[in-house]
Amino acid sequence: MDFAFFLIQLLNGLQYGLLLFLVASGLTLVFGIMGIINLAHGSFYMVGAYLAWSLSSMTGSLTAAILLAIPLTVILGMALERLLFRHLYQRDHLYQVLLTYGLILVFEELRSLIWGDDVHGVAVPALLNASIPLTDNLSYPVYRLAISGVCLLLAAALYFLIQKTRLGMMIRAGASNRDMVQSLGIDIKLIYTLVFAMGIALAAFAGMINAPLSSVFPNMGSQVLIICFVVVVIGGIGSVKGAMAASLMIGLAETFGQVLVPEVAGMIVYVLMAVVLVWRPQGLFGKA
Amino acid sequence: MQEKSNYDRRGFLLGSTALAGATAAGTLLPAGPAAAQQGKIKVGFMLPYTGTFAQLGVAITNGFKLAVDERGGKLGGREIEYFTVDDESNPAKAPENVNKLVQRDKVDVVVGTVHSGVAMGMAKVVRESGTLWINPNAGAADVTGPLCAPNIFRTSFSNWQTTYALGKVLKSRGIKTAVFITWKYAAGEEAMGGFKEGFEAEGGKMLKELYLPFPQVEFQALLTEIASIKPDAVACFFAGGGAAKFLKDYQAAGLKGKIPLYGSGFLTDGVLDAVGDAAEGVETTLHYADGLDTKKDKAFRLAYAKTFKLQPDVYAVQGYDAGQLLAAGLDAVKGNVADKPGMIKAMEAAKIDSPRGPWTLSKSHNPVQDMYLRKVVGKENKSMGVAWKALADPARGCKA
Repeated sequence: MDFAFFLIQLLNGLQYGLLLFLVASGLTLVFGIMGIINLAHGSFYMVGAYLAWSLSSMTGSLTAAILLAIPLTVILGMALERLLFRHLYQRDHLYQVLLTYGLILVFEELRSLIWGDDVHGVAVPALLNASIPLTDNLSYPVYRLAISGVCLLLAAALYFLIQKTRLGMMIRAGASNRDMVQSLGIDIKLIYTLVFAMGIALAAFAGMINAPLSSVFPNMGSQVLIICFVVVVIGGIGSVKGAMAASLMIGLAETFGQVLVPEVAGMIVYVLMAVVLVWRPQGLFGKA
Repeated sequence: MQEKSNYDRRGFLLGSTALAGATAAGTLLPAGPAAAQQGKIKVGFMLPYTGTFAQLGVAITNGFKLAVDERGGKLGGREIEYFTVDDESNPAKAPENVNKLVQRDKVDVVVGTVHSGVAMGMAKVVRESGTLWINPNAGAADVTGPLCAPNIFRTSFSNWQTTYALGKVLKSRGIKTAVFITWKYAAGEEAMGGFKEGFEAEGGKMLKELYLPFPQVEFQALLTEIASIKPDAVACFFAGGGAAKFLKDYQAAGLKGKIPLYGSGFLTDGVLDAVGDAAEGVETTLHYADGLDTKKDKAFRLAYAKTFKLQPDVYAVQGYDAGQLLAAGLDAVKGNVADKPGMIKAMEAAKIDSPRGPWTLSKSHNPVQDMYLRKVVGKENKSMGVAWKALADPARGCKA
């Protein structure tokens, strides 16, 4: 590998890492901060991708589809929180696992009924449909770089929201002691509904903007689910900063793993997770 | 993760119906070959009806039933009764599922399946029970290799077959070096082996084998690797959603048009609507193609479209041929399924008049068939002629 290709692989790794952060960001919020184990995270990712596909083929524009789909997924998230999740906050995690596993089945079957089982493609918006030549035979799609930009913005916004705003303070407080926050006169129920809906919308949003890159297909959610949990666990539960660091680490490890040691590329991420957990059981940025 | 999206209720319901049917049929079937010829022949479908491969299962079932319906709903003069088990493409449940058909329903022949891992589980069971098994898809080499047996038949392809003929195609294009990229799992590695063998036999040089873990679809690192290796051509094995993404990423990385892309036909089957122009011009080899323009294929496509209101695909053809193969066996013994050796002999000798073109069975019971060179033109995998006439799988390890 000469130096130019090393740099390109570095870019690939960082870009993939940012993409992972995007996909895992919703889970960081719902699992990392609210402490709800949401196995259906991948399903919301899938719902987002299918919404992007069906709405963009109706409206002819991915941007319009995303603008239409975000409110829909926020409503979906709020409805699910009100009807289902709300009743499980005080219960054992096992109940959440059962509920969200059930939701995987429900969403997968609904997807099959509503949208069918075909593979679909979503067109890259014309404005971003270009490539930047890097070498004589390799170029880099502008859309990938644009997604990286969106990921960085999103990461900054999330960090700011959780760490620097009053709402973020209430969320964190609510996560550590719900009853106390409530007795201080804060409507914790409303806050939980909002945060949960935001987590769902983030997962769906990731599916939407990733749809032109990944295509839209059945079971696409289960492919991202495990890696999302790995990101949150390596990063440390509850830390947006940690999720970002973990995503970038995983992105680089997978990219260079595939190129340098292809035989074991499949397990590199999990070895990385094991090493991190042995070294810091609470994750990179988690509080012990 | 496949098993996550499936559940048992449907399989259970189907199974219970089948059980009720079996009990009813059992009372009509006293022992003895003379009496056996009166009752229905029991065909058990073990196919995926839920999950990613659901459509393939349906296409195979439709194709099979079409072949039976064309013969007036009877094979060898006897009516057919169908039993169905949803295998959910779950290898862990394969022995249990195939036993539902073999032990409980006591079917005369098992038809299935799509997923190679499930097929391996089926092979072990039917090798012991001796039940006739027609495999209408799963291309694992072992099924007609080390696990081959007189009662095991395949009407589809071996993974090796789908890429072996590419070597000759590449040579005719003046291509001297190539890399192969696929998922690291059995089907991918077998397809890679077929390509390597065919390409090196023509004097080609493999520069590198690139693998990524199944079913990952982040191709960027390996595409960069390809750009740095600069081969004359890239060959690959991908299918379904992963194939769609690979085609698009290959184009987005600027490699399309600079390094020609080839592959097993599954790369461009069923994904052309999803990938836009990313697949245009890509050449693949497979045992079926669009625009074959034979009388048999036209008649099949028309009948299939009319009956099921769906366009047939390669899987429907494989199911249809499974029906035809069983018909050949049952016709020879006049519906007397007890005469298993007679049936097997007739099936081995059968010349199947398939929509894909006529084919026969090899010694290991895998089709000896023409592999077509296909080129993506618009939304079709257009046939560019036969890439390899009567290609037979080497059936390594088959001692039967």
